[in-house]
Amino acid sequence: MVDRLLGRVREREVVPAAAPPPADPRDAVWTRVQLARNPRRPHTLELVGHITDAFVELHGDRLFGDDGAIVGGVARIEDRRVMVVGHQKGADTDENIRRNFGMGKPEGFRKAIRLFELAERLGLPVVTFVDTPGAYPGAEAEERGVADSIARSIGVMCRLRVPIITLITGEGGSGGALAIAAGDVVVALENAVYAVISPEGCASILWRTSEKAPDAALAMRMSAQDQAKLGVIDRVVAEPGEGAHVDAAETGRRLRAVILEELDRLAALSPDELVARRGGRYRVFGAFDDLGATEPMPGAGERPGLADRLRRALEPVGKSVGDAIGDAIGGRGGRDGRDARDGREGRDEPPAREEV
Amino acid sequence: MPLTLPFRPRREAYPPDMWTKCPNCSEMLFNKHLEKNLRVCGTCGHHFRISAKARLDQLLDPGSFRERDEGLVSRDPLGFVDSKPYPDRIVAAQLATGRRDAATWGFGALGGRRVAICALDFGFMGGSMGSVVGEKVTRAAEGAFAERVPLIVVSASGGARMQEGTLALMQLVKTIGALERLRAASLPYISVLADPTTGGVFASFAALGDVNLAEPNALIGFAGARVSAGTIAEELPPGFQRSEFLFSHGFVDRIVTRADLRDELALLLALLGPAGTVESASGSVRRG
Repeated sequence: MVDRLLGRVREREVVPAAAPPPADPRDAVWTRVQLARNPRRPHTLELVGHITDAFVELHGDRLFGDDGAIVGGVARIEDRRVMVVGHQKGADTDENIRRNFGMGKPEGFRKAIRLFELAERLGLPVVTFVDTPGAYPGAEAEERGVADSIARSIGVMCRLRVPIITLITGEGGSGGALAIAAGDVVVALENAVYAVISPEGCASILWRTSEKAPDAALAMRMSAQDQAKLGVIDRVVAEPGEGAHVDAAETGRRLRAVILEELDRLAALSPDELVARRGGRYRVFGAFDDLGATEPMPGAGERPGLADRLRRALEPVGKSVGDAIGDAIGGRGGRDGRDARDGREGRDEPPAREEV
Repeated sequence: MPLTLPFRPRREAYPPDMWTKCPNCSEMLFNKHLEKNLRVCGTCGHHFRISAKARLDQLLDPGSFRERDEGLVSRDPLGFVDSKPYPDRIVAAQLATGRRDAATWGFGALGGRRVAICALDFGFMGGSMGSVVGEKVTRAAEGAFAERVPLIVVSASGGARMQEGTLALMQLVKTIGALERLRAASLPYISVLADPTTGGVFASFAALGDVNLAEPNALIGFAGARVSAGTIAEELPPGFQRSEFLFSHGFVDRIVTRADLRDELALLLALLGPAGTVESASGSVRRG
């Protein structure tokens, strides 16, 4: 894995970050993915150095150990005290090995929980920095309950009675990102990305080759701009020049201004209002229709036999079962029944697991 | 108006014939016996995967289940296309399962006690959690809250549904938020983990039961084995990500066979409350 990552790092360094936005939308989003992963991009502790006027890092989850991939501590910005929690990638290979490439382990998420709860007790707003390929997928993480630690961290964020500002500064990689990303307001840098699974992972499952990662990145709409359209991200902050890596100090200044603005806005809300509004923000996510209980559910449980195929062949085009459902769920009229039949015959079982 | 033709479909829905081979011990099992045995191999105890409907039939008092929100269907928020469009995949799964999505929820009685219950169906796109599954789990928790009854969620899922992108990811927060409100109301939540429970479903509501029960030898974990074994070159411990592994590491309270699950849930519900409902919790001690 290390070799693979090193290989990728070298590749990334020769990628010209400067190029004008490519016309092909697939290239455009892939350029952003590479900018988000650029090893010279300022990572959490560097940004915290530019943003805050004082910072003391705190270590350990008090249960098992200290995770270098997730950092945190108390900080001051102007006259405001805040609790900072963020993923930490390394600037070079040695640091990346120490930081586990920013991939959090259970002790990291439990350190985050500890700091969230400390912040609540002391009345400090929380600022989280999200920049991870995902939670660490190794055996030791499973042994120590990585899923449990992520779920509990999200749970603490749901009920926390102090403001939470989430900044997605680089890679927002699935569950490992979300564990510290359930804020009242979610801000992203211009070239940050956010997705339910890495584009390589998505491509290897759905396209059966990780080389289709740019297609997966486009299909998942993982750019900050697309995520803002979906409402997952509330505001996008422009990066200086060719990207955050050309001027970390200026990137920090811009984030600092946004943090101060959001702190002021959220300070007007009582703890009850904060928790209720945060709950409401996440309660509404989802895209579905309600057909009600009366609509009959066709085709129950039977594979198409000769009778079904004959019946379909005899039906006028546009009245097949598949189309009726397709119209109802996707508003995609006008397709002939062929798509639905293909789908039915394919019946490809998805893999037993999809990482998140 | 569908035509009625005077002969049966050529192939039965499932199972295709009278015998099923146990994937664990290779014993040939007579399907009628397998069904009678709750789809558990009588020779080696292998637990076959079952549909949400079969699960609810096994657990709830006969005729007590009232489904809610059965009309929820996913949209295609991203316009997602890989080798075929997401809406086509949904239609294919609907036709194969007769269900609109991978979750079923409603109210029912278990051992005479009213519960809100939600079951996931691995047969529908791997039980993956998109908007509909997230919404139904959330509504089940909200239904339990509104009626002041316990919540049971039976999970069988590969994780978040990639085709809904970060909206699927947001379902983790949505479901956990509803569980937090349930927790504040002092109502018990029992999570039952069946084969498989992985990814974003395990990293949200499935891990967070006040009591976590698992069926024997179910695959339960966060990262896929392909990721764990392929990307990270390390030896995987024996029984990795199986129920017994989770149990020995402290993330599952009890491993319960399918034959025992209903009685065990009934006893737990009686003991966990809500308060004032302990009268029927007697005469049974379950240790080990």
